[in-house]
Amino acid sequence: MRIIQQEEKMTVHNLYIFDRNGNCLYYNEWNRKKQAGISKEEEYKLMYGMLFSIRSFVSKMSPLDMKDGFLSFQTSKYRLHYYETPTGLKFVMNTDLSVSNARETLQHIYSNLYVEYIVKNPVCVLGNTLDSELFSSRLDAFIRALPYYSPRAA
Amino acid sequence: MVIFSVYVVNKAGGLIYQYDNYVPRAEAEKTFSYPLDLVLKHHDEKVVVSFGQRDGIRVGHAVLSINGVDVMGKNTAEGKDILEYLKDATNYPVSIRFGRARLSSNEKLMLASMFHSLFAIGSQLSPEVGSSGIEMLETDVFKLHCFQTLTGIKFIVLADPRQSGIDALLRKIYEIYSDFALKNPFYSLEMPIRCELFDQNLKSSLEVAEKAGNFGAGS
Repeated sequence: MRIIQQEEKMTVHNLYIFDRNGNCLYYNEWNRKKQAGISKEEEYKLMYGMLFSIRSFVSKMSPLDMKDGFLSFQTSKYRLHYYETPTGLKFVMNTDLSVSNARETLQHIYSNLYVEYIVKNPVCVLGNTLDSELFSSRLDAFIRALPYYSPRAA
Repeated sequence: MVIFSVYVVNKAGGLIYQYDNYVPRAEAEKTFSYPLDLVLKHHDEKVVVSFGQRDGIRVGHAVLSINGVDVMGKNTAEGKDILEYLKDATNYPVSIRFGRARLSSNEKLMLASMFHSLFAIGSQLSPEVGSSGIEMLETDVFKLHCFQTLTGIKFIVLADPRQSGIDALLRKIYEIYSDFALKNPFYSLEMPIRCELFDQNLKSSLEVAEKAGNFGAGS
């Protein structure tokens, strides 16, 4: 019984990818229990706005000069991980509390999935939403293969 | 292993108390000759470096003093516009001190209210049911911890990322608040806290937390 409870705790809830203008290029969810109560478009804008404000807040509040900037935040129930590429592409992943550092995961998603299947794809126009089947399926397989991912019983 | 500052925000989002325990100021003073090889620009009533990072002077650093005299916003102490002053070759060689701009109290008020809203949005966008707002925010240089009481007061502590025992410290600050601010008959609720005993006890509990954090045995 206790083992099942332990597994239930480790999971990835959802993932957003934003471009540098704030457009949501990709969104997928794996284990989301609660919707935000607003339409998806509004949710993307709210998420992007929140992250933009957090970055501005952090750059002003910081007592020292920062190199990587904002990394993650946590609440009582989930943890949001953030990774921004030098080109302004933003990867946002919500996981449960047991995942302390997903930065490498997000870097892997960028360099091994986004760059490989979107940037190097001559059909994909950068700036449009990511509708590459191959990208979605590889990303899904990658997330499910993560050591901290476990599907919860419905 | 330090605690940088403490903020207390009331339930409307207004800052009611702020204390800077440790403010590291990395400043660089250099003598320049005409023409200046840094690109400066106006930003928020200050003159900041926008290009030309070198020698400890980073992009985003503000002009703090010219020839040893502190500047006043966009103007020198005499009231001349800084950018105009630096365009004039006769004023050179000039010694300028750059560093991270100190936050004015207005800016701190704005940032506290900003965090109050971000705290609520963190709860709204939660993929899990029954989530609180942002309790801990991490960057590579500091960690921000927030404790919201049942009455809506937020105690916010900015500390070194490796500092431990902040949860206990937040509860202790709440205790100090209820003992020396709430029980003070001259203190009105939700108003700025101006109670000497609150300040004293807060300072000593910060010292205790910093020492305990160094041993790594904090909760």
